[in-house]
Amino acid sequence: MDNTNMLEFRDINKFFTGVKALQNISFSIPKGHVHALLGENGAGKSTLMKILSGAYSKDSGEILIEGQSVDIRNTTDSENLGVAIIYQELNLIPELTIAENIFLDRQPGKSGFIDWKQMRTDAGEALKQIDIELDVKRKISSLSVAQQQMVEIAKAISLKSRILILDEPTSALTESETEKLFSVIRRLRSQGITMIYISHRMEEIFEICDSYTVMRDGTYVTGGSIRDVTANMIIESMVGRSLSQVFPETKHETGEEVLRVEHMDNGKEVKDVSFTLKKGEILGFAGLVGAGRTETLKAVFGADKKASGKVYVNGRECRIHSPREAIRYGIGFLPENRKEEGLVTDLSVMDNIVMAKMENAFEKGRFSMKKAKQLCASYIKSLLIKTPSERQKVKFLSGGNQQKVVLAKWLNCDPEIIVLDEPTRGIDVNAKFEIYQIIVNLAAQGKSIVFISSEMPEIIGLCDRVYVMYEGKITGELLKDELTQKKIMYYATGGEENGKK
Amino acid sequence: MEKNKMLKSKNWNDMAILGIFAILVVGLTILKPVFLAPDNLINVIRQVSITAIIGIGMTFVLISGEIDLSVGSIAALSGIIVTMSLRDGLPMAAAIVMAMGAGALCGLANGSIHVYARIPSFIVTMGMLNIARGLVLVITNSYPVTGLPDSFKVIGRGYVGFLPVPVIIMLICYVLGYVVLKYIKFGRSIFAIGGNIEAARLSGISVNRNKILIYVLCGVTAAIGGIVLASRMFSGQPSAGDGLELNAIAACVIGGTSTTGGKGRIWGTFLGALIMGIITNGMNLLNISTNWQLIVQGAIIIIAVGLDRIKNTD
Repeated sequence: MDNTNMLEFRDINKFFTGVKALQNISFSIPKGHVHALLGENGAGKSTLMKILSGAYSKDSGEILIEGQSVDIRNTTDSENLGVAIIYQELNLIPELTIAENIFLDRQPGKSGFIDWKQMRTDAGEALKQIDIELDVKRKISSLSVAQQQMVEIAKAISLKSRILILDEPTSALTESETEKLFSVIRRLRSQGITMIYISHRMEEIFEICDSYTVMRDGTYVTGGSIRDVTANMIIESMVGRSLSQVFPETKHETGEEVLRVEHMDNGKEVKDVSFTLKKGEILGFAGLVGAGRTETLKAVFGADKKASGKVYVNGRECRIHSPREAIRYGIGFLPENRKEEGLVTDLSVMDNIVMAKMENAFEKGRFSMKKAKQLCASYIKSLLIKTPSERQKVKFLSGGNQQKVVLAKWLNCDPEIIVLDEPTRGIDVNAKFEIYQIIVNLAAQGKSIVFISSEMPEIIGLCDRVYVMYEGKITGELLKDELTQKKIMYYATGGEENGKK
Repeated sequence: MEKNKMLKSKNWNDMAILGIFAILVVGLTILKPVFLAPDNLINVIRQVSITAIIGIGMTFVLISGEIDLSVGSIAALSGIIVTMSLRDGLPMAAAIVMAMGAGALCGLANGSIHVYARIPSFIVTMGMLNIARGLVLVITNSYPVTGLPDSFKVIGRGYVGFLPVPVIIMLICYVLGYVVLKYIKFGRSIFAIGGNIEAARLSGISVNRNKILIYVLCGVTAAIGGIVLASRMFSGQPSAGDGLELNAIAACVIGGTSTTGGKGRIWGTFLGALIMGIITNGMNLLNISTNWQLIVQGAIIIIAVGLDRIKNTD
């Protein structure tokens, strides 16, 4: 790698109606580096990247690409300069084929007619360049998230991009998919492509990145070579305070069995799953994405149909056919996709919190605005929800605060058993710590928690006991003192079953 | 394996509508063999030609994730314009161009207002539905336009060989529509806009310009439908085309075009229109009251979309 800078920001400033979103941002990225751009949500990473990709315009400052000052006024400008961005929420057209998505709006052809054959050949070439094998005639809607991401990268490559921005590319990938992505990233790096890598996952940063920049509250905090820092140093500069520890101390007693599931099977993703949950326990469900964890708990909760299986709550068999019945038996379910399944984002914080159990805001048999307000105020306080008021629309809150609103909604139902499905996905470090603390507090109050997560550190840091799933079956059960990444991975990839092969 | 599964579900989706079509044809042939008589078949196709032509523009609009409720009124307006122009002695070509131009203008207004004033297309085109119909009533003072030259009859009632002229016009429109949707950049952009508007925008597709163009095109096919209709009635009827928008949408939906955008096919719309025509024809042949026809048509719409749903959730 030579020493020339591929990209340099000089004194970038950006204001949003009175708010300073970016303040004198200056740093540079050497050519051929994978550069980690770090910071909490709201630190200004996205704003800066949107300026680079032409979605926003800067108010002052200068951007230099390969030492040349450039003028980026719209997305076409940045595209012409070789800047491509892979968004966290992928931007592909679901009903079109891979080939068409790669060549969207620049389909090869003669005199206005699209040459489908040429387009498919070219698309195949683009995929080959990143060593991916996929039938270019397949529709995007038939691909996994990881495959879609590869299509996006292939698209960027075919655009002759020199700077590739990856915005939380692994947030929806399994470990093996992440490995594949990393090998693609390494391949691109060896081809001299500079990448900006945005992620909240420290392990990844240390695995794949060469250099880093930390931002906080719209300002540049620190940066340098990744070899010179530790994860804790980075986290401390991100949150602006020292961290005593990442996971709160979990000192609580577990009591008798509150939930028992026997031979749960939905005929598809879930195959004969049996498990138990004790009072006050934090029970982890680990495994790769698609292992059937969400589906298992959804079947228990009555959100999905089950083919067979019995559910016992406090020793009594319950026939749960719908979420409504599950809630009546004291089970709450915080879904994986808060925006699609957990919240009505156009409604206020208050509407969302009282939604599942409006009766709690009743007074003399009628809905009382005053009581609802009090109710919300207590949750906003106890869960540290950052919102100007309970009237704020949920869509204006940050991811972490949205997640807390979903949590408040379920706490309002006062469930004994709470299922949390990937509760920390896509939220910033600080909010993650707060959610961990809430989980531990709930367990200490005697609530029983089922904690589904693909992030091993939080499974290991929080859980009293962990079930590991693989292809719809439980392949292993681990107690707190047995938990290691290696053991979890062993079971998550099939365990003994795989060992035999 | 995955690929096989995909192929299977894709076929099943196509089969659903073809299945309905086949059941109708076979069933009717058994019950009333006269159904298969060439004269009757051509008659059916001629009857559905207007809905089918208007369905082309509607397919484009629906794929883009929008809707156009004004096509029935636009058809009436262009019918009035073509007949009035002819009555006042304009040459046929000029009269037709004027009528199509009126359709294009209505579409331009629909698209521009929707895009620039950011008003949902449902509202804009519902407004246009009333405005265009109102214009027709104002221009004609609610009286039909008559006194037309005989040459105008050719469009709606003429034959070339054994094929009725409206059927030929329809076929030409379908070939053009198919080519645009499959082989022209504009056509593929419609899928992109309906499938993921944000991604389309970020890929450099000019969403606004394309949307306006889609509405212009829909206005033009509505106008063509209106001209054929006027010729078939050999007069400009102020109430012509009332409810045509719903028939056109039904044809699209039966044919597998999604009302939420991003998905659709032009030949499906043709088949959808044809299925509705066959039901009407079959019930006439079987001497079933026309009152029942609406009920059956409604049921077919729900069943067709229902079958599509089953496939999608599979």
